[in-house]
Amino acid sequence: MLLALILIVPIIAALLTLVNRRAAPWLTLATALAVLGLAIAAALQVMANGPLVEVHGGFTLDALGALYLLLVAFVGVTASLYSIGYIEARHREAGRIAPRYRQYYTLFNLFLVSMLAVPLLTSLAVMWIAIELTTIFSAFLVAYEDRAEALEAAWKYVVLTTMGAMIALLGILVLYYGVHRAGQPPSWAGLVAAAPHMPPAVMLTGFVLALVGFGAKAGLVPMHTWLPDAHSQAPASICALLSGVETSAALYMILRLYPALIRNPGIPDANVWFLVAGLTSVGVAAFLILQVTDFKRLFAYSTVEHMGIILTAVGLGTRAAHLGTVYQLFAHSLTKSFCFYAAGLATIALGTQRIRGSSGLLGSSPLVGWALLLGALAIAGAPPFVVFISEFQILRAGFGAGEYLATGLLTVFIVIAFIAIVYQIGSIVFREPAPAQTPAQALPVSSVLALVLAFLPLLIFGFYLPPPLRGLVHQAAALLGGAP
Amino acid sequence: MSGHALELAQAFDGFFAALFVLAGLGVIVARQMRGTLYLFMLHALMLSASAIVLAIALHSAHLGWVALITFSTKVVAVPLVLIWATGSKVYGRREVDHVLSIPLSLLIAVGLAFAAWIMSQPLLQVITAQPFAAINLPTGLIAMFFGAFTVTVRREGVAQLMGLLIMESGAFFASIAIVHDLTIIAEIAAAVDVPIAVLVIGLLLRSIGAVTGSTRVGHMVTLRERR
Repeated sequence: MLLALILIVPIIAALLTLVNRRAAPWLTLATALAVLGLAIAAALQVMANGPLVEVHGGFTLDALGALYLLLVAFVGVTASLYSIGYIEARHREAGRIAPRYRQYYTLFNLFLVSMLAVPLLTSLAVMWIAIELTTIFSAFLVAYEDRAEALEAAWKYVVLTTMGAMIALLGILVLYYGVHRAGQPPSWAGLVAAAPHMPPAVMLTGFVLALVGFGAKAGLVPMHTWLPDAHSQAPASICALLSGVETSAALYMILRLYPALIRNPGIPDANVWFLVAGLTSVGVAAFLILQVTDFKRLFAYSTVEHMGIILTAVGLGTRAAHLGTVYQLFAHSLTKSFCFYAAGLATIALGTQRIRGSSGLLGSSPLVGWALLLGALAIAGAPPFVVFISEFQILRAGFGAGEYLATGLLTVFIVIAFIAIVYQIGSIVFREPAPAQTPAQALPVSSVLALVLAFLPLLIFGFYLPPPLRGLVHQAAALLGGAP
Repeated sequence: MSGHALELAQAFDGFFAALFVLAGLGVIVARQMRGTLYLFMLHALMLSASAIVLAIALHSAHLGWVALITFSTKVVAVPLVLIWATGSKVYGRREVDHVLSIPLSLLIAVGLAFAAWIMSQPLLQVITAQPFAAINLPTGLIAMFFGAFTVTVRREGVAQLMGLLIMESGAFFASIAIVHDLTIIAEIAAAVDVPIAVLVIGLLLRSIGAVTGSTRVGHMVTLRERR
């Protein structure tokens, strides 16, 4: 019943937020905390006893799923805490209450449910529906401010990701055929067991359709165009969820196909698909970060880069690289949510999201300036933060496996992105404040608390990973089935 | 099922597949929004009809459910939800500024249909045990291409939404010939998912109309990298 509870609690909260609007922010925070507690309990059971199966096999949770579940639950807590003050501050800034305020916490909870469902559901087809629902429930969160630009961003987001979802649907159904033909149940475990017996054409067609379809949702190049638009318009708390965990949900679906793909004897070049898709995204994103003019868009492109790094790491094909893959997935979610929290506060402090014309944030608002700078360093991969550890692990594993070309290119792109991110954010936080900037506003207390809470793991896990979490990361990496 | 009965079922399925393709083609080029909606309903009706034929021929109760669910959601619920969400005024409109002219759109659509047919061949060579796959798989893929093309060349939001739904119908048209027994949970969830998606996208379209004065989403191009 534990797994079902993880979904039931936020569904009840979504209904209650419709009834009591005043209590909605605190109710959402309490719900997110309860979900985090339940997710930790479930993860501990998975670590101790292996995969959890509940409700007649309708729910299954293994180590990789448990890790993703923990990420959604943790970012859910920080995003709900951040929202409390941030949404009110946005209203003060706009001089009006957004027309969608009444729906915000209801949709927030439903969005959370849809993401929590992805690692919990057993059936591939129902999992696809959960992915589709993440778009549906977040569309109005992207369009929250009801301006023409926000609506444009929401439309692009819905259309592009839904097109992707339709392509992925065909992919899932083709895989469903292959799994059924091999006499296996339509689950991840069933797919892996069926893979060696599936005709290569079926396996490859299903995989390519899923890669393109879920890739659109994950923001892989060239289907990434919705991502910077949506992130430049959505509230920062929603950006944290979109970039931190929603894109990862789609990537999670692609990652889970990897162990099946490599087990099919008729597909000898399975890793190449991941390497090409990953390196293309990292390379394009690195150059786009150089020319970006809006700091929320910058962090969105950084998400494209990170999705590419994760895919490339999977394609390196070794167990050590897969450890880096899982670690990077984990590090990205934690760090990117922090970056968007900092970016949201920087928007309040500066009165703009534009990079050009913004400067001296460290002087005018030291807390936000430091947060933005540390966020930029952390997401770019500077030590001692957690992304540094994961990227270092991936590069070391790649060179160790003799994948010099792919790892060399990855290194070059990561360095370009590092320089671009630090240069762009550096121009905002250093120098003298621009005279035309708006007077500094008081920062919402709950948002600052969320910022601090989000910062702790990305610093601590850069030095020290608690043994239970380390065990979970290793178990999750083993599920990807890399070569020793 | 006897060989003759199977041939008859295949003939019916082929007929519905042809209408399915034609309705999809119609959505690409139709100017009137109301006409676009009716063509979409015809498209979904043909999916239901194909599912019924397959349900009878393959003795599959699951495909019967698929037919029923498709009819009740896409032919009945989706148009009602869409008209309620976007407002009926939209359907009186005529779209005059397609990205491409009708003859060029038709020419590209024919090319896409041919490409879809070629792309489905490697899969068909290994799916030999499914008697309807040779009809439904290429047809579904053609519909997916048509849907994506509709989204690309239509500027009106409702027409783009129809394109998305045609893609989904295409995926199901292809899959009913190879997957006969999705779990009932998946079927019910799919039935709930489509109207919710249409409701949300329809409401989004209504907001766009209220804020920008138009639902011609193809003209919304303000979000770009500014120098």
